[in-house]
Amino acid sequence: MIVLEHASVYYGAGSKRVAAVRDVSLRVAEGEAFGLVGESGSGKSTVLRAIAGLIPHAQGVVRLAGHDMGARRPTESRRMAQMVFQDPYGSLHPNQTVDQTLSMPIAIHKLGDADRRVPAALAEVGLGREHRFRYPHQLSGGQRQRVAIARALILQPRILLLDEPTSALDVSVQAEILNLLTRLRRELGLTMLMVSHDLAVIAHLCERIGVMSGGELLETTTANALAAGNVSHPYTQALLRSNQGFDASGVTG
Amino acid sequence: MSVRTWLLDPAPASRRQAQLGGWFRAWLAFRRNTLAMTGLVIVALLVLIAIFAPVLADRTLAVQQVLEDRLQGSSALHWFGTDELGRDILTRMIFGARITLVIVFLVSAIVVPIGLAIGLPAGYFGGWVDAVLMRITDIFLAFPRLVLALAFAAALGPGIENAVIAIALTAWPPYARLARAETMTRRNAEFIQAAKLLGASEFRILATQILPLCLPSVIIRLTLDMAGIILTAAGLGFLGLGAQPPAAEWGAMVSSGRQVLLDQWWVATLPGLAIFVTSLGFNLLGDGLRDVSDSRS
Amino acid sequence: MTDTLLSVRNLRVVYPGDDGDFHAVRDVSFTLGRERLGIVGESGSGKSTTGRAIMGLVAAPGRITADEMRLGDLDLTRMNEAGFRKLRGKRIAMVLQDPKYSLDPVMTVGDQIAETHRQHVNAGRKAARHAALEMLEAVQIRDPERVYGLYPHQVSGGMGQRVMIAMMLIAGPDILIADEPTSALDVTVQTQVLAIMDNLVRSRGMGLILVSHNLHLVSSFCDRVLVMYAGRVLETCAAGDLANAKHPYTRGLLAALPELGHRRAELPQLQRDPAWLEGPL
Repeated sequence: MIVLEHASVYYGAGSKRVAAVRDVSLRVAEGEAFGLVGESGSGKSTVLRAIAGLIPHAQGVVRLAGHDMGARRPTESRRMAQMVFQDPYGSLHPNQTVDQTLSMPIAIHKLGDADRRVPAALAEVGLGREHRFRYPHQLSGGQRQRVAIARALILQPRILLLDEPTSALDVSVQAEILNLLTRLRRELGLTMLMVSHDLAVIAHLCERIGVMSGGELLETTTANALAAGNVSHPYTQALLRSNQGFDASGVTG
Repeated sequence: MSVRTWLLDPAPASRRQAQLGGWFRAWLAFRRNTLAMTGLVIVALLVLIAIFAPVLADRTLAVQQVLEDRLQGSSALHWFGTDELGRDILTRMIFGARITLVIVFLVSAIVVPIGLAIGLPAGYFGGWVDAVLMRITDIFLAFPRLVLALAFAAALGPGIENAVIAIALTAWPPYARLARAETMTRRNAEFIQAAKLLGASEFRILATQILPLCLPSVIIRLTLDMAGIILTAAGLGFLGLGAQPPAAEWGAMVSSGRQVLLDQWWVATLPGLAIFVTSLGFNLLGDGLRDVSDSRS
Repeated sequence: MTDTLLSVRNLRVVYPGDDGDFHAVRDVSFTLGRERLGIVGESGSGKSTTGRAIMGLVAAPGRITADEMRLGDLDLTRMNEAGFRKLRGKRIAMVLQDPKYSLDPVMTVGDQIAETHRQHVNAGRKAARHAALEMLEAVQIRDPERVYGLYPHQVSGGMGQRVMIAMMLIAGPDILIADEPTSALDVTVQTQVLAIMDNLVRSRGMGLILVSHNLHLVSSFCDRVLVMYAGRVLETCAAGDLANAKHPYTRGLLAALPELGHRRAELPQLQRDPAWLEGPL
């Protein structure tokens, strides 16, 4: 469903050129949930954005459902893959009601019938009619993220890209959103590619997991292997150890 | 359900209700600021006086010259006295409010669209688009307002319309800059990325996503600029370049009252006071709007 | 039995407002000895406000009241701003999440540490510089001379936090309050920074209050844990005992956390009981 071949993203020029992503290749099968885990600056979010087509100067091949995706993507192609962003406070327009936010994709793609689609999208993510005409500042973090998910799904994409969707949320709200994503994936048969720095969250939602650092994809493993500690790359092992909480004996100066 | 409860409903049932509710809340915040309310009252009075001028005063008194009655002080017939041609000052001031309002409205209607049309693309696209548009802005910024007005008067003849054009042509650059700065701040926001991802065209993003965010600061800037615009128009009138006699423009009234300033002070001072109070009103209003907008963001 | 460095009884922080008063902290009580105490809670629980109230850092119109708030022999309830200023750094210090907001951008970090030293100790410039370098070494910065001359924007992440710790501890306070000190750091760096803090706190016999939303972190790092919700302390227990927590909120939070190796189809969602807001503890 998703094929990424030799993707690289460079910023700057000449001697100051920095590689945010360096020769990363991965494949995600239809209906699969793939996780990209890494720390800040590892390039994982950049990979996601390159797949989404938000980085015009990205190099490499991006193929979604068999179609090659170039730098300039036709409007039609936008219906294939959509993204949920990290910051529920920043990904919704502050001066637009939920209704306006959800109506925009309908208008862009001339789907029509907004009066039926918008409430249906809200119901799908567990929001009600009372939320339809609220502004973002009148919603909680979890509700905003639900709206963001509804917006991503209103075009009925086959691929859902998720950029740290729960990092900014409280633990209890995170659980709700993760459950929502699990349910939606099952009901809609979505292919998911999720990025996070939190191993536990990624392993909860994804079967296959890629570990990134410094712009490179170090290792691809599975959630079960991670849980069992069967990982080869030393960086992955370090990540696993840190995930287990604080352990003074494990620290070298 | 009272109107107030309906407006403040935390779960609005329609777009209209949500929008009106938002404006109502902003109004409540605005209302708390006494100075801002003073400004609003002054501006509202100006507008009402201008609209109802023919009802409030007899139009003929503004132009009718009764030379025997010239330069009279306050009396039962002429509350503010008469000017050097025997015309009733109060009536002229009331009709002068119309001219002031027309100038303010026309300048705003020209300056805001031009400023936005230039600033938004410059800020969003950057690169050579930005460079070209900003150099054009710089050129217009370099023109001194009064000199340009003189040039226009010389070329096209004096009059309100030309004064308005002269003022507008030199007033729009700061708005372009403001729109550009706001756009540059927002263009990498995640909701813009989300819009791009949904397939929104650049025009749609600029018009529906970024434009509404620029409007508050542009409007506030406009209200604060209003004082300057009024003063410039009065200045042009003072120089004889704005509204032509016998039109009752406040600046022209001040000018013609100069010769008799020492003995019949009211002829120049009262219109001057009107200019002052109006400018102050707009300033206070602009400050109040800025306070409300700051507290909400 | 550790001696009590700080004792707080019925701390209340109220913010008066147009729509009624907002009670950020409600009747919070605890004691702190030479130990590591964790205050954990979600956003809006009042955990950060509690830490700030101890240092008198609640901005007007917020009001702090308490039946008792005692730092050793000092009565903090009667302290005014001048009094608190003398305390900060010397008796109580605070490390925040992002050093960017606490460091002066136009001074080198070394100079700032030295300056902090001279604020509390009558020392000459050379002695202060020496003390600052010593402190940088104590936070395990390998090249203290070089780091001394760096500006805040050149020092980021884990090193920035270590610089902050150095600056906060140089005057030798009794208590360190760390408010989400590692939340902005990468996971591998977090452990390092925590270890350094732990080391220093132990060797100096200090008390540490760690404020965080991360249950996992707090339970593995601290000795005791306070769980806060809507301004109240719902539960106090030993960190190792957290898995046997009694309060349904704590149990709910723990259950809602995804766990590596324990895959569940659906995470149990926290059901908020309104009794937690007002009912007896």
